[in-house]
Amino acid sequence: MGTKDCGHEISMSTPSAGEAGATGDWRTERPALDAGACLAVKQRKDACQLCWVYCPDVCIARGVPPAVDLSYCKGCGICAEVCPTGAIRMVADDEHAAPAAPGGARAAAGART
Amino acid sequence: MSAPAGTSVLTGNEAAAIAARLARVQVVAAYPITPQSPVVETLSRWVDQGELRAEFVRVESEHSALTVCIAAATVGARTFTATSANGLAYMNEQVWWAAGARLPVVMCCVNRAMAAPWNVLNDQQDSMSVRDAGWVQLYCRDNQEILDATLQAFRIAERLHLPVMVCYDGFLLSHTSTPVTVPDAAAVDAFLPPGAPLTVVDLARPRNIGPVTLADPRADADGVLCHGYMELRALHQRALEEALDVIPEVERAFAGAFGRGRGGLVWSHLLDDAEVALVAAGSLAMEATVAAEALRAGGVRAGVLGIRAYRPFPSAAIRAALGGKRLAVVLDKAMSYGHEGPICSDVRGALLGSDAAPAVFGAVAGLGGREVAAPQIAETVRRAVRDHDGGARVRRAEWINLKLEGTP
Repeated sequence: MGTKDCGHEISMSTPSAGEAGATGDWRTERPALDAGACLAVKQRKDACQLCWVYCPDVCIARGVPPAVDLSYCKGCGICAEVCPTGAIRMVADDEHAAPAAPGGARAAAGART
Repeated sequence: MSAPAGTSVLTGNEAAAIAARLARVQVVAAYPITPQSPVVETLSRWVDQGELRAEFVRVESEHSALTVCIAAATVGARTFTATSANGLAYMNEQVWWAAGARLPVVMCCVNRAMAAPWNVLNDQQDSMSVRDAGWVQLYCRDNQEILDATLQAFRIAERLHLPVMVCYDGFLLSHTSTPVTVPDAAAVDAFLPPGAPLTVVDLARPRNIGPVTLADPRADADGVLCHGYMELRALHQRALEEALDVIPEVERAFAGAFGRGRGGLVWSHLLDDAEVALVAAGSLAMEATVAAEALRAGGVRAGVLGIRAYRPFPSAAIRAALGGKRLAVVLDKAMSYGHEGPICSDVRGALLGSDAAPAVFGAVAGLGGREVAAPQIAETVRRAVRDHDGGARVRRAEWINLKLEGTP
């Protein structure tokens, strides 16, 4: 299928998750959560959530524990910096070596919602 | 001055302003620069006096002037601006944006020499220097054509979603008064219905317009494969290629509506039986017609090929017009410094490989307002014919009326 089927004459996109592509493949490190050390998990409620607040890519979902969407996480490490208990640690990421296939990001975004 | 229908004695700048008014432009944004200023001064007065229902946006620079036009055209307004030389250079980034965003902005470029050295007089270096940006460029030979081409420009622009630059020579046309026939407003409305048909913004369907576009196509959120950068550029090129048909088509429609036609992509004078063709754009080509007549009186069968559309470049029309001639002398009022005149290069390229191609000699003329009159052009052509008769097929460009080593 050619791109002309999109019918666009200029560059356009609809604001939605995944429109900029599977940007998680830029990442060299990813956050690893030690759930036992996470305040929300320890208190068994929607506590703290500082990682969700600070994530500049809006790819951490609130929760017990908060969940990182690795389709878009670029591995900046801010969540690890702000975590008051040190429950998040940045670890070497190997997934970025294989670029996501077209549609992969969309599927991941769909799975999140 | 207002714009009564009928024939008036008008400057080129007045003709341009009247055309924008007749086109019922909705947004005008401009920054003053000689020799363009009277165009937008006239429009601003009409807006102020309530004679033209348009937004006149005052800006602090040409970059912002074109940016306002880009934004207004994006939401569907018919937009107009005008500039010259360093003003065009200052808006250069947005010149590319307007084209790549496929917006039907119409801009008059009142041709003026580029600084340094500072000079406000005419040549065509300014618009020639943005020939690659993806605008349609039309060059006008007289004040009537300024009015007519500006009206046609809106129709071409809105049909193809391409910006159109209407180029005319500073002072020689912009500040010189000649009779111009102004069409009736109702007839213009029929030729160019009010309101631009393109609206990129759709409030019912919010979209990112002009987001970062990477090298490769990729699927959007609905799974539809969308263009990468190169696909969009190919579509842009195809629109300009389509303009090779649309420009003459709009010209024919104009001639049908108003009873006068000035040629679509190119025009000619005494060219059919000519052995030597003089090729030029704008008022210089008009001067060349006088030279051609003088040459014929002296036994040189000369004719003129006027370039009206410079982008898209009418290669096929040029091959058809120049095929079988012995010699083409291409007069440029601009340089690609370090190479040669831009029209000369393009004419060579158009003729390359065609069996009946004439020899092509370049001549550079009129830079920074240097006078170039018909007798000088004729003398340049006589020298070119002598060189050609002497066997030359490739020759250094002559700089007409250059005083570095005295008069040749």
